[in-house]
Amino acid sequence: MLQLLVGTNIPFMKYRRIAYLFSSACLAATVIWLVMHKGPRMSVDFTGGTLLQVELSQAQPVDGIRHALDQGGFRGAEIQTVGETGRELLLRLGLDQSANAFPRAQQSIQAAYPGTSVTLRRSESVGPKVGSELAQRAVWAVLLSLLGILVYVGIRYEFKFALGAVVALFHDVVIVLGILCFAGREISLTTVAALLTLAGYSINDTIVVFDRIRERGKQLSKETHERAFDIALNETLSRTIITSFTVFLTSLSLYFFGGEVINDFALAMVAGVAFGTYSSIYVASALALEVWTWAERRRKPVRARAA
Amino acid sequence: MNRTDLWKLLAVLTATIASVIYLYPSWEFYRLDPKARFEARKDTPIGKLRERAIPLGLDLQGGLHLVLEVDKTGLSQAEGERAVDRAITVIRGRIDEFGVAEPLIQKEGQDRIVVQLPGITDAQRAKDLIGKTAQLEFNLVRTPEEGGQLFERLDAALASRVATGQVKIDTALAHRPFTAHFIDAGGAAGFVMNADVPEMERLVASVDSIVPADTKLAWGPETAGPGGRTGKWLYALKREPELTGESVASASPNISQSNPGSWEVSLRLTPRAAMTFTRVTGANVGRQLAIVLDNVVNSAPSIHERIPSGTASISGRFNAETAKDLAVVLEAGALPAPVHVIEERLVGPSLGSDSIKAGWKAAWVGTLAVIIFMLIYYQLSGALAIAALVLNVFYLLACLAGVGATLTLPGIAGIVLTIGMSVDANVLILERIREELRNGRTIRTAIQMGYDRAFRTILDAHVTTLISAAFLFQFGTGPIRGFAVTLSLGLIANMFTAVLFTRMVYDLIQHKRTLSRLSI
Repeated sequence: MLQLLVGTNIPFMKYRRIAYLFSSACLAATVIWLVMHKGPRMSVDFTGGTLLQVELSQAQPVDGIRHALDQGGFRGAEIQTVGETGRELLLRLGLDQSANAFPRAQQSIQAAYPGTSVTLRRSESVGPKVGSELAQRAVWAVLLSLLGILVYVGIRYEFKFALGAVVALFHDVVIVLGILCFAGREISLTTVAALLTLAGYSINDTIVVFDRIRERGKQLSKETHERAFDIALNETLSRTIITSFTVFLTSLSLYFFGGEVINDFALAMVAGVAFGTYSSIYVASALALEVWTWAERRRKPVRARAA
Repeated sequence: MNRTDLWKLLAVLTATIASVIYLYPSWEFYRLDPKARFEARKDTPIGKLRERAIPLGLDLQGGLHLVLEVDKTGLSQAEGERAVDRAITVIRGRIDEFGVAEPLIQKEGQDRIVVQLPGITDAQRAKDLIGKTAQLEFNLVRTPEEGGQLFERLDAALASRVATGQVKIDTALAHRPFTAHFIDAGGAAGFVMNADVPEMERLVASVDSIVPADTKLAWGPETAGPGGRTGKWLYALKREPELTGESVASASPNISQSNPGSWEVSLRLTPRAAMTFTRVTGANVGRQLAIVLDNVVNSAPSIHERIPSGTASISGRFNAETAKDLAVVLEAGALPAPVHVIEERLVGPSLGSDSIKAGWKAAWVGTLAVIIFMLIYYQLSGALAIAALVLNVFYLLACLAGVGATLTLPGIAGIVLTIGMSVDANVLILERIREELRNGRTIRTAIQMGYDRAFRTILDAHVTTLISAAFLFQFGTGPIRGFAVTLSLGLIANMFTAVLFTRMVYDLIQHKRTLSRLSI
């Protein structure tokens, strides 16, 4: 029997304050980044506008393409290369430049680079009204699913646990959002989908730990709360790591081989699984421990007075 | 074998056989040549096979996704609701006529229509075809006397406004502010140079209340006028049309008889409309009859004699393609209200097939990595978990085929994640069994307790993910919905394979003998 991480006795909770610092720093970095950049880079899904993905028969300098598009009436177009060939470009055009965008863009590039043909791989064009609706729906979907999970965990376990679990989810979603922003990715419908999936998945490890505490409730009641959590965490450590590891493997596979279209999604999953595992220990469990301790401390004086 | 095990075995066998039946058409269909798959018509054997195969999303097979909004301005509530339904019927008619394999046309919310056209790459042409209102009307042009009187009246009214300073008009001929813009006049129409068209449009709008209720002004298309200058004719028409688009029985593109080399659209009227047409042309010999399409006067031929044939033609600057599209649109009928494209997504076929390749590669590599890990770490018990995983993916695909859910690229990502998550349940069980074994239980009890105790955890973990998937479905558009569906079906299938199926295998192995060693 090949065994890893069995019979460990790591005092996880002893180091929880260091973890609070780390998590706070990550969250703060994300928030600062967002404030400095006035929110994440939103895709046309949410801002409205037009995105063209085109393939050139020969690679051309981005500056030249920009100039050509300027000449063709696409002022301020954002240009980005994708893939390894260097021949594929993402062109992001403003809202007022959407009409007949591809033929016009094709013409202006081919006028500047005769002999280079331009073919359309993908185009997305979203009206401003639809964009803001989608953005609203995305925010609601994330909030409601967090609430849904909070209620479910609250019913199945205890609310003092549920709070820690949902803070952990929130923590994971925000940090992954930050990682996407740092990596220069756009927030699109697909990345929001990844954030939602993550919320549903990253709670799994937390449930395993909580389950163990509930199951061993009586035996652990002799121990301090901190010790009870440490025992539960150590006992479930191998499954926490292994279950995350298999999903991590498949997410990595998506990241490296899944293609450009879902690369942002895969990145969010990879980061999310890693942070989800960390947060099940150091955010969900640690906060549940804090709430538990705090609730007991509050209850004791009340009891004393009653007696 | 006891009763429960027998039931489990039956359940697994039934599910597997049903899956084979559901998946067989997909297997047959996707083995075919892509061209044959795509071009097959509905009633051919391949077309029938396609109906039962797992449909691919537009992001995988390429195509155009449009969201249209029906402009309800000026319509009452009831009219507005009817307008959306009618618009869907009309658009469906146009698309069927145009010939797109497996289009999807669906109402979304109150006033939106989603149109999905697999394989379409010319977005502009498709949008013109779908978005054209195509209000066809035959209106009599006012007689030259009537037209002259109307224009005089407009001149007088505008001149008085100029005099009272209500309107400022930049023209030397302040007493003829309207007709001064005509550089040519013929009957009840005047020719306006391109440069003057915007100014004239403004004037036309401002005299709306002065034009008698039974008359309307309408522009013709851009054309060459006197002295080779380009511009447009402005016509005074009788407001009430003699015939509308509903009287068109069929429309077809033709090469023009009178002007060889150019295309026109011939119309055949319904028998009833043909009678009206005969009567109208008989009673109005010598007058002009305007053919008005979407408020633009296409042409205004003079009526030389009574026309009994019930045919007419629309000429213009058509090529084979535009003539065909107009014929399609006229035959399918007019949209009851204008529609606007508010969202448009196009995936070219090359990107679609690249995505399929990348998606499957990711799936294979991911699966292989998980398989290797499970075999090394859990040995034979790991192999059983892998069997459950394979069965899980198999059931998942069969469910997709069964409910006709579309497979999208995020959907493939959903399958890849399912592969990762489906072993989770088995890991939880196997770890639990190992723990019980370490605590000195017998193999039989350890397995029993492992399943019993892990079940709760597995259930909770699945439900939370299903909760997010539900919201995802609610919020998402096409491809994302595909993801939510595959993820949910994968999780449900997983409860079946990872818990029920593997347990059954352990029970069957232990049925007659007691294991002395468990490969775990």
